[in-house]
Amino acid sequence: MVRVFETFGEYITIMYRAFSKPEKAAMYWRETFRQAKDIGIGSMPIIAIVATFIGAVSAVQFAYQFSSLNLVPMWWIGSVVRKAMILELAPTISALLLAGKVGSNIASELGTMRVTEQIDALEIMGVNTPAYLIGPKIAAAVFVVPMLVVIAVFLGIMGGWAAGVGGHFYTTAEYMRGVQDGFKSYDVFIMLVKSVLFGLILATVSCYKGFTVKGGAVEIGQSSTQAVVYSSIFVVIVNFVVAFLLL
Amino acid sequence: MIEIKNITKNFGAAPVLKGVSATFESGKCNLIIGKSGSGKTVTLKCMVGLLEPDSGYILFDGRNITEMQFNERKEVRKEIGMLFQGTALFDSLSVEENVSFPLDMFSNMTKEEKLERVNFCLGRVNLVNTNRKYPGELSGGMKKRVGIARAIVMNPKYLFCDEPNSGLDPKTSIVIDHLIQEITAEYNITTVVNTHDMNSVMGIGDKVIFIHEGLKYWEGTNKDILKITDGELFDFIFASDFLKELRMRAHYENDK
Ligand SMILES: Nc1ncnc2c1ncn2[C@@H]1O[C@H](COP(=O)(O)OP(=O)(O)O)[C@@H](O)[C@H]1O
Ligand SMILES: [Mg+2]
Repeated sequence: MVRVFETFGEYITIMYRAFSKPEKAAMYWRETFRQAKDIGIGSMPIIAIVATFIGAVSAVQFAYQFSSLNLVPMWWIGSVVRKAMILELAPTISALLLAGKVGSNIASELGTMRVTEQIDALEIMGVNTPAYLIGPKIAAAVFVVPMLVVIAVFLGIMGGWAAGVGGHFYTTAEYMRGVQDGFKSYDVFIMLVKSVLFGLILATVSCYKGFTVKGGAVEIGQSSTQAVVYSSIFVVIVNFVVAFLLL
Repeated sequence: MIEIKNITKNFGAAPVLKGVSATFESGKCNLIIGKSGSGKTVTLKCMVGLLEPDSGYILFDGRNITEMQFNERKEVRKEIGMLFQGTALFDSLSVEENVSFPLDMFSNMTKEEKLERVNFCLGRVNLVNTNRKYPGELSGGMKKRVGIARAIVMNPKYLFCDEPNSGLDPKTSIVIDHLIQEITAEYNITTVVNTHDMNSVMGIGDKVIFIHEGLKYWEGTNKDILKITDGELFDFIFASDFLKELRMRAHYENDK
């Protein structure tokens, strides 16, 4: 239990320093853009593929369940897919995918820099290392994750359309009617809140794990695994809390 | 000049430094020698502020950095260059970007001025046509040179080198040693070098401090060190039977 508090204290201290005033703004911008490109462009393909198929499979599932009930019209499926993607599937699944891909990447990059004394080299120069190494990653994640989630929502809805029309459950016009029916901007607000929080979680947890590595190659591997595990756990917990409080 | 006074450092229950005091002079190569694990790296890291000593203090030309806050320390750190044991080059950056990094971060030079300074430093360590290469593409000796170039790019007053010869062949070691020695004299830098290599001690040891069991055991020049006839330092210098044998023969010849 004492360990938990120590870890939390250390985490807070590092994150506090990560948000202190930078020495040279240009260097931080450069680093933030590099990170945003890494996280954004690098994760686009996997998010696109997974979101499209999740949308498709949800549509097929709903169609199957609705047809056996025979109580609701098929055009509703567009509305259900949209709601599920926006509120739940796109943010959560994107965050879990990113925790695996970006989280392990960040933790092993920082871990390697720690173990090979690159972080010490920056310290010696007088660089505020959390601000330079962690700040831009958090900024990039908080900015890029919501954009990826928006793309995931769009592709998920397209996936549902393709699967349903392909399977002759509904026509394009019916599906689009459903997609537009009863649209609430509050849902989008929740999606954005979740995305920002998830970006914050996966960036800070992975940065903390990587930044505090001690040892060598084995420990880098362990810390990057832990980064993924802890980010994923915190993502699903926060997901629940947000749903509970805001829905 | 750097002075350290009564530095102690423990990790958990294990004492590593038990009160080390020493003076490191400017324009000279000051060597810290000792067995592996004797605390050379810990001493160096305490001096540059990567580790906090448990007690004692460290004066950089009279400025006590042990009492300074991060921002004050930053000013002193801009006067420090360090060559790490594993070179610690940034492996996502090219050679040119590595050397340029401190300038990018802390100077207000124009692009052209920075490039000129970078090329000057790379030339000073005899590296040409490597600007676009990445650390992963360089040999051990070349990486050390880049490390030195990066360490001197800000015109440091103090230069720290942790085992500059580790992983190098004897010939390259001598080249790197001499480079460090020349730069030290040329710019009147206070240079502190950690080593367990007796070739370096004899080659560049203007001043030598021997650390043993957490204390400064001996201090002198590389000329004095050969007069040692027994004790821990003797065992350290003549660690191999081959050297002991050579030395005994030399004595034997002298006595005749
Ligand atoms: N961060 C650390 N945590 C715990 N023990 C350490 C740490 N750094 C060094 N030590 C211990 O301090 C002793 C001296 O290490 P070091 O200064 O690296 O020796 P060397 O003279 O070979 O450079 C060793 O016993 C080492 O295990
Ligand atoms: Mg060492």
